[in-house]
Amino acid sequence: MPPTEPYLVGREKVREFARAVFATNPVNLDPDAARAAGYSDVVAPTTFPIVIQQLTLDRLLAEPDTGIDFSRVVHGDQRFSYSRPIVAGDLLTAQLTVTSVKTLGGNAMVTAESVITDEHGEHVVTATSTLVVRGED
Amino acid sequence: MTTAEELTVGDVVAEASVELSRDALVRYAGASGDFNPIHYRDDVAASVGLPGVLAHGMLTMGVAVQPVVDWIGDPGRIVDYQVRFTRPVVVDPESGARLEITAKVGKLDADADADADADPGTARIDLTVAYDGQTVLGKAQVVVRL
Repeated sequence: MPPTEPYLVGREKVREFARAVFATNPVNLDPDAARAAGYSDVVAPTTFPIVIQQLTLDRLLAEPDTGIDFSRVVHGDQRFSYSRPIVAGDLLTAQLTVTSVKTLGGNAMVTAESVITDEHGEHVVTATSTLVVRGED
Repeated sequence: MTTAEELTVGDVVAEASVELSRDALVRYAGASGDFNPIHYRDDVAASVGLPGVLAHGMLTMGVAVQPVVDWIGDPGRIVDYQVRFTRPVVVDPESGARLEITAKVGKLDADADADADADPGTARIDLTVAYDGQTVLGKAQVVVRL
């Protein structure tokens, strides 16, 4: 698949996501606190790259030939491996690769990796998801 | 600042108890863009054989790391975070679901050859997240830069 359209990380989106995961650290929420800690703006919560990965997964699930029923998709595991934190103002691009597809007892397990880079092409974070598509009962 | 010398494997560095309500699920759906209806519609959850509306695994993952963020003091010092989703969290429409989170030092990785002041190394923090007396995440590991 081609890389996603560049995603501009907005300050208010970071704050909205931070509140949704019950983050209370001021570096996630308050630009002054983030600057005092040495960042240019608020730092995104650790799991924030899922917002960008969700956009890539939506495209994968929307492919007509995958035949995946959305309500039967269960998250198996998830990992984020960072080179540097995401801060508001970053312009990020994700490249999704399906790294493994396995069938196990009527269920399909799909592992997808999103490599997220900044506007300079530098690696920021890799998000890896395994999705389990439950078979018909 | 925390250094590897001040930590011992097995130390509990943070604990928290968090209640997830249906409102929290809707807020997370909007913030994350994950609008799978099994996270807010009882009828859809029942129709695919689930015991009820489930919390997004990613909400549980996102909430579970917060005690570690508060302990280390800076979200930018988390360099790696992984979990396995082993058991669903069913969120009751009235009483919600309570998560009990415990964060323990799992492994210390201070570079013995490096100057400790220049590179204090990393620590792996292992999370236990329990709901209704049973763990819901497996291999929940956070690597923090000390």
